[in-house]
Amino acid sequence: MNIHLNGKSIDLPGNVTTVSDLLDSYDIKKKISVVEHNKEIVPKGNYEQTTLADGDRIEIVHFVGGG
Amino acid sequence: MAERYSRQERFAPIGKEGQALLAEKHVLIVGAGALGCANAEMLARAGIGKITIIDRDYIEWSNLGRQQLYTEEDAASSRAKAKAAEARLKAINSNIEVKGIAEEFDPENAELLLKDIDILIDGTDNFDTRFIINDAASKYKVPWIYGGCVKSHGISLSILPGETPCLQCLIDQLPQDGETCETAGIIGPAVQVTAAYQTAECLRFLTGHPMSTHLVSFDVWGRGYSAIDVAKLKDPQCASCSDAAQFPYLKKERGMRTAVLCGRDTVQVRPGGKENVNLERLARRIEPFAGEAKVNEVLLRFQMEEKRFVVFRDGRTLIHGVDNVQEAKKLYHRYVEA
Repeated sequence: MNIHLNGKSIDLPGNVTTVSDLLDSYDIKKKISVVEHNKEIVPKGNYEQTTLADGDRIEIVHFVGGG
Repeated sequence: MAERYSRQERFAPIGKEGQALLAEKHVLIVGAGALGCANAEMLARAGIGKITIIDRDYIEWSNLGRQQLYTEEDAASSRAKAKAAEARLKAINSNIEVKGIAEEFDPENAELLLKDIDILIDGTDNFDTRFIINDAASKYKVPWIYGGCVKSHGISLSILPGETPCLQCLIDQLPQDGETCETAGIIGPAVQVTAAYQTAECLRFLTGHPMSTHLVSFDVWGRGYSAIDVAKLKDPQCASCSDAAQFPYLKKERGMRTAVLCGRDTVQVRPGGKENVNLERLARRIEPFAGEAKVNEVLLRFQMEEKRFVVFRDGRTLIHGVDNVQEAKKLYHRYVEA
């Protein structure tokens, strides 16, 4: 499956099928993030139910504390 | 000197009118680390009428890689960041007013500091202070611009109390992933891209242009950029910015307070009330036992039991070489308070 992640075209491995899997695969599941799926913000409780489809546009921003 | 701002005035969205507005504005920068330095220098050069910058720390060699207002001499003399920043900003632009405050931004001084300012810039390196800023900004209706950076990443959000979501609306708990500039590292360009965005938003606001409702992030190494419009995330029940706000982070604590400074093997100890410690007298008292006791304009540093102590005039003390709060308190009582 191919998606657009933060503007870049990405080929996802077969085991990544939900937003939750996607955050896991980038090792940012524990971080506090805001996720947008086809222009709609995904509520935090819905990451596991939100399935990805070919051509989806995903934006992920995670909070960082340094400065 | 009319020449000074000529290029910025030629930039149509600002113009001469915008430049005149900037000269009347007061910006508070909380934190004079990497983001604080970068924002402060741009704002001073841009001709902001008054800049106040507050910071609790002093300059170390590891800061020089990206904290652009400081020099080797500052690191060698453990100069307070707020004082060194003030001096450098005044040297950059003598036509504006600059004030450096060598203190911690906390619930006690927040109200006074937020009085008469137009906007606040986040130059901190931790979420504890950011949530105090967030509550204070909501309570006193002061806009502020969050900025954070680590590794090659930067993130920013402009917050307009009463209009846009606050930090608490977006983050319902203190992030605990422990990734800081000390543990995960950082490169200068990540600082600069974040500060550049914050300063641009600040200039927009001060010259009458709306700020963005997007949460933006940059990755200067991976060449990534992302922006999400978070306007809809404003929480009508928010503990910090709704009509029923409790401002949980402005609750004042009593008695001695301690904080473990993340990733630095350092504990900060603060006495219950602000004291006025006579640093010269303390230096004379501990000199027979301590190594290299040195006093500068705002602090005393010395070495004892293989720990490094830094004592500020208000009694706040950083003890390096301990990560245990109880041990730090004991050392504080033994040497500073005695």
